[in-house]
Amino acid sequence: MAGNRGRGRSQFTFNVDALGFGRGDSLPTSAHTPSPLFPPMQFRPVPLHTGEEVEYMLALKQELRASSKNLPFHIKAARTKTDVARYSDKYQNGEPKNNCIEWSPDWSRMPKELCIKVRKPRKTGAKPQPARKPKVSAGKEEVLQKLETLEKSEQEQHSEEEADEEKKKQKDEEEEPDVDEDYDEEELEDETDYIMSYFDNGEDFGADSDDNMDEAVY
Amino acid sequence: MTAQEVRLCGLLLQEHFGDVVEKVGTHLIRSGVLTLRALAHETKLALDLVKKSLCVLVQHGMCTFGPGRRGPAGPVEYRINCERILHMLRYPRYIYTAKSLYGDTGELIIEEILQRGQMTMSSTVKTVADRLTHNMPEGQSMDYSEVVSAFSRLVETHFLQRCPPMASAGSSSSGAVDTSLPVVTQPAEPESNPECYKLPYINLTGQGKRRRSSEDGEDDQRAAKKAKTDNSQCGDEGIYWQVNFLRFHLHFRDQAIISAVSCKLDQTSSEIVRTMLRMSEVTTPAHAAFTQALSANEIFRSLPSNYNIARPILDQYLTLLVDDPMEFVGKTGDSGGGMYVVNLHRALANLARATLESVVQERFGSRSARIFRLLLRKRHLEQKQVEDFAMVPAKEAKDMLYTLLSENLVQLQEVPKTPDYAPSRTFYLYTVNQLPTARLLLQHCYKTIGNLIERRLYETKENKRLLEKSQRIEAILASLQATGAETAQLTEVEEMITAPERQQLESLRHHINKLDSSENQVDETIFLLESYINSTQASR
Repeated sequence: MAGNRGRGRSQFTFNVDALGFGRGDSLPTSAHTPSPLFPPMQFRPVPLHTGEEVEYMLALKQELRASSKNLPFHIKAARTKTDVARYSDKYQNGEPKNNCIEWSPDWSRMPKELCIKVRKPRKTGAKPQPARKPKVSAGKEEVLQKLETLEKSEQEQHSEEEADEEKKKQKDEEEEPDVDEDYDEEELEDETDYIMSYFDNGEDFGADSDDNMDEAVY
Repeated sequence: MTAQEVRLCGLLLQEHFGDVVEKVGTHLIRSGVLTLRALAHETKLALDLVKKSLCVLVQHGMCTFGPGRRGPAGPVEYRINCERILHMLRYPRYIYTAKSLYGDTGELIIEEILQRGQMTMSSTVKTVADRLTHNMPEGQSMDYSEVVSAFSRLVETHFLQRCPPMASAGSSSSGAVDTSLPVVTQPAEPESNPECYKLPYINLTGQGKRRRSSEDGEDDQRAAKKAKTDNSQCGDEGIYWQVNFLRFHLHFRDQAIISAVSCKLDQTSSEIVRTMLRMSEVTTPAHAAFTQALSANEIFRSLPSNYNIARPILDQYLTLLVDDPMEFVGKTGDSGGGMYVVNLHRALANLARATLESVVQERFGSRSARIFRLLLRKRHLEQKQVEDFAMVPAKEAKDMLYTLLSENLVQLQEVPKTPDYAPSRTFYLYTVNQLPTARLLLQHCYKTIGNLIERRLYETKENKRLLEKSQRIEAILASLQATGAETAQLTEVEEMITAPERQQLESLRHHINKLDSSENQVDETIFLLESYINSTQASR
């Protein structure tokens, strides 16, 4: 092996022609840095398909995404209250609770261990009907409802709910009967004379988006 | 499960079901099978949250459960079905197909069942009728019977199937057994149920209820309450329906073959192939390599009536199709004027090959594509031979080959002449294997969609404040319009969004639309590659 060094100093053990560079050519420069994260592309990508079908599927996709946020399958963990317990907690049942499920699956098709309490927005006939029937407040109900929805939306600063309510007006969602029933149940169950937004303790005010504050807070 | 698939599943779960389900789902994918307690312990979530997430996943068919390793007496174990999660990408395509085949009613039925996982027939019919009624002009409403007929048609063509019934464990009936036994075991495959496509008898008459706005909501609320109380009397409790994804995939595959034929040859040939596929729809099993043999006489009789081509012309078309190098149609005999089959697996392989070639062409140029195609056809070639056959100068050929090699699209095979692999006495052959390359591209596609989703989430997050502001203003506008405000007030509210903000919103919408559209398009490629890979596995 060592003896071969003297003869033919620039002789390699493999056939250099196959590699593609001849003798005397400099080797390609070695890389000192990892390759760039977004290397410049040699060829631009082909434009996307267009057409009625494509646009329809695009609209479908965006609708599905938006509506899946409203379905009971979208699970949000309950916010842990780190503050003191407040009186208004009793009347605020809009937040999801951890120990009940918002829809009623067919428990016979699931393992028994997964069974948890179903949060029924309305109990049909299980509750004793209070003396004042809904008929009495029939006229007031729609007005109260409208007021409540407007107030709730302003105070909660969750504008997404508004947009979703708009969407609900345009496309049927199963939510609205539930919202109505929720409202009924709240009114009847707790038997207060105040609408539920009276018990808002202001915790949600200023809770979101404190960054990017270009607008002054009064 | 590859890393890219896990990442994509996580993103999809988060988009549709929230962070909690995403955490539970990804952990379960990574760990394989777990019991409830182990899952709760490892994800450090509250037990109730884990239970809720598992309920959601089981409802949608994404999670299966079964008796664990310790047998029926041990705790139930859960397993995630990754494919089912990835099908969520394709929901718009399923819904659009249902719309094109069965109209708006069919579209809404499929949409409802997809969103809810499983539903009974009666609840589906009621919900869809209500939705359709809502969109109809005032005074009209959708009759339940029409929705029922659309549902029946979907079931007859196997687009919907019954969820398999639970296997009865019998522990509830025997009193001597202690209560800690899990009652249910995982249902078997849906097709194994003989009543898979049998419609239940339901007595459901009526019309869709229009959900009116709050002005005259009182009567409607009473009616809605009444309707909910007699929910259970429809006669089909416990019979749940789910979407039969396999059937939809077969339909997409057929569509892909037909459109390929129409691009390569002409419209009439594609009609012939469409007729052949339609005739053999029910007789061909799902994973068959080719359809049932059809005689030319039968094809001639079944052609659609607006295509009256003469019999000899049909024969010529069939010969053309058989001789075409893409091998869509094959001839298997001469009786009945010639027996023809559609080569499904070969067609899929050719479509996948065309996809690979197109990818190489768009990323590396047409000369690299020429080299790639050459290697696909000629299997193994030395570098010199590549330069000669592709008619590309040596330096460029070397460059392109090395680029393709570094991207793993081309492999190097060493063939030694002597037992020591001395480099001067070894052949180095370049080769392309279609199946591994298809798998590689499939993973790239998953990664692409993951990137697209993340970019969309990033864009939305960056402009969150602006989006919320615009939504609030839209809501205010809508409510003002509903209460009949003057135009001055409306314009004043509209001006609350400044012009640069409008522009920003517009460009944001444009970007998000583009990203969504790209996801849909990449999903089409994913479908093709997946079908090809599954077809090769099925034939083994």
